Order: sequence, then structure tokens, then C-alpha cells
Amino acid sequence: MVKVLMKGNEVIGEAAIQADCYYFFGYPITPQSELVAYMAKRLPEVGGVFLQAESEISAINMVYGAASAGVRVMTSSSSPGFSLKQEGISYLAGAELPAVIVNVGRGGPGLGNIQPAQSDYFQVTKGGGHGDYYTPVLAPSSLQEIAELTQEGFRIADQYRTPVIILGDGMLGQMMEPVDFDAVEKVDQVFAKEWATTGTKGDGGPKTITSLDLNDVLLEERNHRLQAKYQEIRDKEVKVICHYEEEADWFVVAYGTVGRIVQSAVEKAREEGVNVGLIRPVSLWPFPHETISGFSETSSHILVVEMSAGQMVEDVRLAVEGKAPVSFYGRNGGVIPSVGEILEQIMKIDAGVTVR
Amino acid sequence: MKTVFEKTSGLTEKETHYCPGCTHGIIHRITAEVLEELNVLEQTIGVASVGCSVLSYDYFNCDMTQAAHGRAPAVATGIRRVLPEDRIIFTYQGDGDLASIGMGEIVHSAARSENITVIFVNNAIYGMTGGQMAPTTLTGQKTVTSPEGRNTAMQGLPIRVAEMLSTLDGATYIERVSVHDVAHIMKTKKALKRAFETQKAGLGFTMIEILSTCPTNWGIDPEESLSFIKEEMIPYYPLGVFQDRRKEKG
Repeated sequence: MVKVLMKGNEVIGEAAIQADCYYFFGYPITPQSELVAYMAKRLPEVGGVFLQAESEISAINMVYGAASAGVRVMTSSSSPGFSLKQEGISYLAGAELPAVIVNVGRGGPGLGNIQPAQSDYFQVTKGGGHGDYYTPVLAPSSLQEIAELTQEGFRIADQYRTPVIILGDGMLGQMMEPVDFDAVEKVDQVFAKEWATTGTKGDGGPKTITSLDLNDVLLEERNHRLQAKYQEIRDKEVKVICHYEEEADWFVVAYGTVGRIVQSAVEKAREEGVNVGLIRPVSLWPFPHETISGFSETSSHILVVEMSAGQMVEDVRLAVEGKAPVSFYGRNGGVIPSVGEILEQIMKIDAGVTVR
Repeated sequence: MKTVFEKTSGLTEKETHYCPGCTHGIIHRITAEVLEELNVLEQTIGVASVGCSVLSYDYFNCDMTQAAHGRAPAVATGIRRVLPEDRIIFTYQGDGDLASIGMGEIVHSAARSENITVIFVNNAIYGMTGGQMAPTTLTGQKTVTSPEGRNTAMQGLPIRVAEMLSTLDGATYIERVSVHDVAHIMKTKKALKRAFETQKAGLGFTMIEILSTCPTNWGIDPEESLSFIKEEMIPYYPLGVFQDRRKEKG
């Protein structure tokens, strides 16, 4: 059990390799470029392939090709580049191809800046590209969790034949923390990919991968199949971490980077006698509706904190269904909220002051 | 009894959806014949593009993957980079797909000298989308989005893709051919065979640009369409080999 000190972006790369992903097609963009550089160096060392594409669009389509040939494959980007990948992600979803796509989010809209933000939540959890589809989204809040969730990401991708998104942000990508890769449970399930177009080699008839059904009834059937798969993912793949769930009077909901900042604020608030807990969604899609719905029965208040103008708060409100008051505190434009300012919000709410 | 003609095993039994007089069927057949003759059908992966040829995966008797509009060379790159070298990988793309939205993908695949074969079907118009102007539409040619004829002052000049890609050092073999008569069809088949042989030898990027018809959207009959290729297209898109680095790479 050896802990190594690594940068977040590099942890993503190493975790992918340890999940038997030996193919990476990427395009540099800050603040995820270290991942691209890490793969360029490491993949040839382990007999894999790294290729720098000419654009994010090209990179995601190289991923589409590699996934159609049956290998574990990854690409990564940051917000503006992730927008460009949406076309390909819709096609991956439509053609039911497994892949892991990393978004190390930054401030937007437009070119924005290179500071951490969570303002891509809508884009990653609501489909993002065209058509009726969802992508499982995993949101780590530490570098150890990046290693674990990357492994999980490939498992989910292969098991359900779907693109999976790992959503981080510039802070997680750029920070350094000790990581214990030995402690990460490896996916040992074997996923046969008999559907892959690898050249028939006389093995059955020719295979086709497509997302096209010109016939409306057939396309509806494809959509029904996709929706059934999404329901299965909703039923089986929700991940959420709760703190003080047994005793808290009320809860703060936050994910990723903000989740860990809020955790510090919650600890400080509890030291001052505030009986508050934390709900940290780890899978943003499927969203932990039932967990939040359950706590809202007994919770006197729900505060949502995000590095955005308020995106996940909409899913929280849907889950709460008016059973408890929901308020929101957010910073955006790449500003990271401090423990102090979140603590201030917690104290105000606990004192009965309406925040928003 | 001597067999003088047989259907190639490179094609499935499925009837194509192509319009009467469209030369996609001919190009499909000679491509399939070449794959059969080279005995590579079972190790071939084709990439179908968006446009009339999107359904080509139903007709080619090999593994096929369907790509987003213009992205076939990137998809083919992904396949090429992860499968063993003995696989044969081709894209089948129209001019709207390759020369408009997919220009970036084709240029960089050629620059990297990806060991793939691009079959570029140029009929100077958008077919499946309903006859709009393509980057390859001839000056003065009427389409539904250039109803007065392509005006170069406003819409620029048609792009000669074979010539343009030939300037890239990564391009190994680039030839423009036509299928407007039997002699040219035979030449096209030879060019396709050269391209696939080049790929089989691992020599890098090959593209065969094939001048093709679109009677439906050109608004003329199939016979006039063949004359249109000969009299209007070939003068602007001359036939011939534009790049051949097989010897220096071999």
C-alpha cells in the first residue's frame, strides 16, 4: 500500500490505464492538458496508443471508431471543448458504444476562463447533444475518488454499452494529493463485445454499428431500448455519500470540489452547535432523487451550494417536491466559494434568515 | 457452360435505395469486387458517412460502422489505431460530407498518412438532403440553394479536393477517376485496387475521388447525367493521378 503524490489530471490518466484503457484520443485545453500529456508519455510505455487529434470533434469520433472496434477508450476535455464533443457523444449513445469522457470543467459561457466551475451540470446530466439520451455522470471530490470512479466509469460503460462522463473541474484537475491505487477495487467482470466491428474473420456474418433508423417505428423501438437501459441504470447505479444523515435537522447538498469545501463548512457549523448534515451526490446522473426525497421528509431545510448560477438545485427541487424549503448559494465565473462564506450561509439559514 | 458474369460476394443480397441512373451502385459493385479479389472481405471494416451512401452498410458484405456527418476519417482513424495491421479500413464519403463539414477530418487524416482508403464520391451536389449546393458544385451550376447558378463572387469557387490533398506529404496515393462509361469504370476499379493494395502494404493514406452522377437533383435524365460528367465536370475536375508516393514509401 503505497501512496503516490500526483496531480489530479494525471490521476485520471493513471486510473484509466489501471482500468485497462490503453487507447486515448485527445486535444489539449486548459485546465486538463496534463492528462493529455500524461497519456502521451504513459500509453506507449504500456503498449497502448495515444493520438492527439486535430480537434475535439475529431477526438470524440476517433473514440467512436475505437469503441466500435471493441476496446476501452477515453478522451477528455474542458468545458468549451466538451461542447464540441457533444455531437459525438450523442452518436455514441445512439450507437450504444462504451467510452469514458472526462470533462474538467472551467468557467463559462463561451471561452470563459480557466478557473474551476460546475456550470456544465445541465450539459452533462441532461443529454447535452441532440436526441433522447442520458449519459451516466460520475463526480469525484478527491483524487482518491477519481481513481475509484474512473474504474467504475469503465465498468458502467461496458456493462450498459454507453458513454460515461467523469465530471471534475479545474481545481480537481490541478491539485495534488496522495493517491493509493492499490486500494482501488479493479473491475474484474469480463464484458464480451461480440457486437464490435473488428473484421468478421469468418466469425458469423458482417456486423453493423449505426444510430440510424429511417423507419420511425424502428427508431422508436431503439429509443425504447435506450430508455429501458437508462431506467436500469437509474435503478442500479445511483451513488451518493451522506454525512450525519441519522441525526441532522437539515442538509446541505453539494457535489465534487464544492462537496469537500461544504464538508469542512458543515464540520465547523457542527462545532458551533448547528445540527446540519451533508448530502453529496457522486453520480449526478442517475441523480440520487430517492435519497434527497427521503431526507426532505424530515429535514427543516435544504441548502444547495454549487460553482454555478444554480443548476443541480433544479434536480434537488424536483426531488424535494416542496416537502422542505430549498435555498441556493452559488459562485460562478470560476470563483471557488470559501469555507467561511458557506459557513456564513449555513449559520444564517440555521438562524432562520431566508437566504433566497 | 462458361460463367461470364457473377455477382460479387462483396455485396449483400439487399436491393439498394439509390435513384435510377445514380452511379453509387456501380461504385459499390467495383469496390466490392476489389475487396473480393484481394480476398480481404473478412478483415475489412467500412465506414459509412452521412448522405445517400449512409445505408451502404446494408450493401457491403463486410463489417461496417456508421459515422457522423464528415467524421468518417476520424472514425476510421480510431479503428485503424486499435485493430491489428492486417485489417483493411475504408471510408465511403460524398462531397458534402468530405469537402464541407468534414474538411478538417480528411485533411488531417491525409496529413497523418492514416493507413486507410477514402472513396470520395463527387457528384457536385448534396444528394440525400435534396440538391443543395456543395463545395464541389460547378460555377454556374443550378442547385436549390444556388437557384441562379453558383455565383463565385458570392459563393466562392468549387474545391478540387484531390489536388488539394495531394499537396500534403502524408498523401500516398491520390487519383481522380470517373464512372461515366465502361472504359472509365474499368479504370476506376483499377484505381480502387491500387488504393487497397497500397493500404494492404501499409504505405499510408489513399484517396480515390470518383466523379459520379445525381440525375434526380441535377434534374436531367441518366444518359444526360453521364454526358454532364464528361462535358462539364471533367474539364474542371481533370482525371488522373495527383499523388503517388508508393515507390518512395514502399
